[in-house]
Amino acid sequence: MVTIVFYFFSTLTLLAALFVVVNRNTVNSAMCMIVAFVGVAALFVLLQAYFLAMLQIVVYAGAVMVLFLFIIMLLDTQARERVRFGRADIVAGAVAFICLAFGAVWLARHYPVGVTPPPAPAMPPSDNPLAYATSAKAFGYGLFTRYLLPFQVTGFLLLIAMVGVILLSKRLPPPDSGVKPDSP
Amino acid sequence: MTPGLQAYLTVAGILFAIGFAGVLLRRNTLVIYMCLELMLSATTLALVAFSRFNGTMDGALFVFFIITVAAAEVSVGLAIIVALYRRRHTIQVDHLNYLKF
Repeated sequence: MVTIVFYFFSTLTLLAALFVVVNRNTVNSAMCMIVAFVGVAALFVLLQAYFLAMLQIVVYAGAVMVLFLFIIMLLDTQARERVRFGRADIVAGAVAFICLAFGAVWLARHYPVGVTPPPAPAMPPSDNPLAYATSAKAFGYGLFTRYLLPFQVTGFLLLIAMVGVILLSKRLPPPDSGVKPDSP
Repeated sequence: MTPGLQAYLTVAGILFAIGFAGVLLRRNTLVIYMCLELMLSATTLALVAFSRFNGTMDGALFVFFIITVAAAEVSVGLAIIVALYRRRHTIQVDHLNYLKF
């Protein structure tokens, strides 16, 4: 049963990713992207990372793709300029795909086969709090103990990104016009 | 027989290769950006698989950080694309070749 679900969702993910690449219409690409993200989230569920699956759907398939669709509709460029694939592009893409995919599959096949672990508990055992567990509490424990500094740095990164985006999307007057940028 | 670590790693590798091919093939900046996100997804899938099969939480916590950084990156990148479109009226990388030698 798990095997069938795994093959179904991995095929769905890979097909959707392929359609993202080959689709001429940008909006269709974005829609296929959402399907690919939902497929990856389903694979997370199979790996018993329920919290990450939820996060993947909320952040990627929700927020990020909505942002992409907004920008696509704001720019609306696909009708006017359509550049055809060059022969060199297709050759380069195909060669890169074959090399990378072959290498990755070869590496994965030669990775030592580990034993499939038993189903993960909801809470980690008390003598090893960073063991794999499914509850969000286990995530919180790791984030606030071993990964406290990266956690804080990530918060600052979000602040910097927010300030940067506001600055970038502000409509500034030309530099020599003498108008102060902040004048309402 | 449940799928093992190798199966997940294979899917992640192929997903990464598809994203990379898309970055090379496509000429639309937005689609290139989406393909970058695909590659990030592939790495997160590999990390979660390693984390699950090794029984530690570290890979899953890294995925948490990767998702956060990817969200910040997307917002800044799309703002840059909008600013670029305002100035140059194109987002095709073929036309954005001022720095080309």
